[in-house]
Amino acid sequence: MAPEMPGGGSTVAARPPGLIRAARAKGWPYLFLLPAVVAIAGIFVYPLIEVVRYSFYAGSVGSLSYVGTANYVSLWQDPVFVQSLMDNLKLLATVPIMTVLALVIALIINSQIRGWRQYRSIVFLPYILPATAMGLTFGYLLERNGVLNTFLRDIGLGALAPDWLGSGSIVVATIGMVIVWQQLGFGIVVFAAALLGVPTELIEAAKMDGAGWWQVQRLILIPHIRRVIEFFVILEAITMLSAVFTYVYVLTQGGPGNASSVVEYYIFQNGFENGAIGVASAAAVVLLVLASVLIFFYLRLRLRSEGGAK
Amino acid sequence: MKRLFVTTGRHGLLILLSIVSLYPIWFIIQTALKTQNNYTMNPTGLPSPLTFSNFVNVFRDMPFAQWTVNSALVAVVSVGGVTVIAMFAAYAVAFGEFRGRGFFFNSNIALMALPPVALVVPLFLVMVQLNLVNTLTSVILVYAGLMVPFSVFFLVNFFRELPHELIEAATIDGASHLRILTRIVVPLSGATTVTLMIVNAIWVWNELLFALVFLQDNSRRTLMAGMALYQGRYSVNEPLIMAGAFLSIVPLVVFYFLGQRFFVRGLTAGIGK
Repeated sequence: MAPEMPGGGSTVAARPPGLIRAARAKGWPYLFLLPAVVAIAGIFVYPLIEVVRYSFYAGSVGSLSYVGTANYVSLWQDPVFVQSLMDNLKLLATVPIMTVLALVIALIINSQIRGWRQYRSIVFLPYILPATAMGLTFGYLLERNGVLNTFLRDIGLGALAPDWLGSGSIVVATIGMVIVWQQLGFGIVVFAAALLGVPTELIEAAKMDGAGWWQVQRLILIPHIRRVIEFFVILEAITMLSAVFTYVYVLTQGGPGNASSVVEYYIFQNGFENGAIGVASAAAVVLLVLASVLIFFYLRLRLRSEGGAK
Repeated sequence: MKRLFVTTGRHGLLILLSIVSLYPIWFIIQTALKTQNNYTMNPTGLPSPLTFSNFVNVFRDMPFAQWTVNSALVAVVSVGGVTVIAMFAAYAVAFGEFRGRGFFFNSNIALMALPPVALVVPLFLVMVQLNLVNTLTSVILVYAGLMVPFSVFFLVNFFRELPHELIEAATIDGASHLRILTRIVVPLSGATTVTLMIVNAIWVWNELLFALVFLQDNSRRTLMAGMALYQGRYSVNEPLIMAGAFLSIVPLVVFYFLGQRFFVRGLTAGIGK
């Protein structure tokens, strides 16, 4: 029994029904793209158009009325929005801290220290865990009389035991700490992987020339993984600006007062708790404008690194 | 002598970091095994007496089993759907010649980084019109759509590394593109597809914002939305919440240690080449 010949399909091609004929012709890629294009149109493009439109309207769904730029004006006059935006900017400060920490630790792991694989898998673990569950956990750990403060008092540092989540002046820093706890391992693993790709001849040659450990790191390894560092910085900046909702919702609900509200939380509150669709949409447009600057840099970096790979 | 000092210092730093990374997980386990009284008296110590009742109460006091089923169902359907959609699109981008190819691919990269919160208000209003609020279908549709850009990007990068001659030879033999995709490309992409599905499933399992907004009945919620709201609305019972948190992270931790390279490869795909 002869197996079905691969060429057997061509007999079917003699008079194929419409869909198949289209797939056979030059147009087949469009047919293959269709489901993805429909999904993107429905979940991204249409809502993006709508959110811009809603930002010029006020009222509830059934009775929207055009108000021009009034929503944007009221955003700037709303201290809660300004506070939310400032809090996102404060969270951006964790990016350089996290980058430097991750880099130092990746360099140590990369020096083939005993057990480096185990260290690497342990520090990556927090990154895969749900921010909701870990937020609930940190909520308890960081209570006024929670585990962290009990520990600080036990070792005689009671003076350094603030109300981590209850004090308006440090609550954003506390949220930043929790985010660093969860995302630091991501940076370490990414940097460590890039460091493994540095050609050993380069390192050997530098050592022959009498370079010490730190000189090798600073002159050879760090410049070699520069692009990966740039990627990490941009991705984390995007995260701090637009992907911290879960932490804020679970840890503080934006409190105390509105001290730890972020733009995402502001959109959530206005859109779904206050029913102010227009204001929420205007805030979303502001967020989109800010994010698109970072997305532009991300895209440029991507295209450049793909150009370099070819 | 100096060398020994440096090595010890490095190990010290890494051990400290490991403790900081693992302690919260240990705290979850330890607290889940305490009585509430025991936790209040001694939040840091070991459980005394040791109790497993929180793991029973989680299923009695919250619709925990229903939430878990909801989360699993949403993850399976949305991840399955997006995998198929992205396979076709990525195949076209990697092996097809057509106008708009570069634009389509770059759009996916840009959309990968777009803040989903900007879409939540209009998408909610769409779901209201479609009468889908409070149904798992609403989050399944939105999750599947939101995962398209990353999935296309991830698969295109892999497909481009497949030997082009293989596809060309099959085309010359007269095989249709659908056939090449299902018979040649898919079988060669096993590990990549698993990686993609794991990353996407983690994202769905952990997502909070859309689940919170779209699913309003307590029994319709996903695990994360259910737990986040439970802790906000009811009297504080730390050991009970921690038992829930423990059960919600167990599948992730187990899969992580079984197939670490899939997690690492998939989750770091947005960076570098």
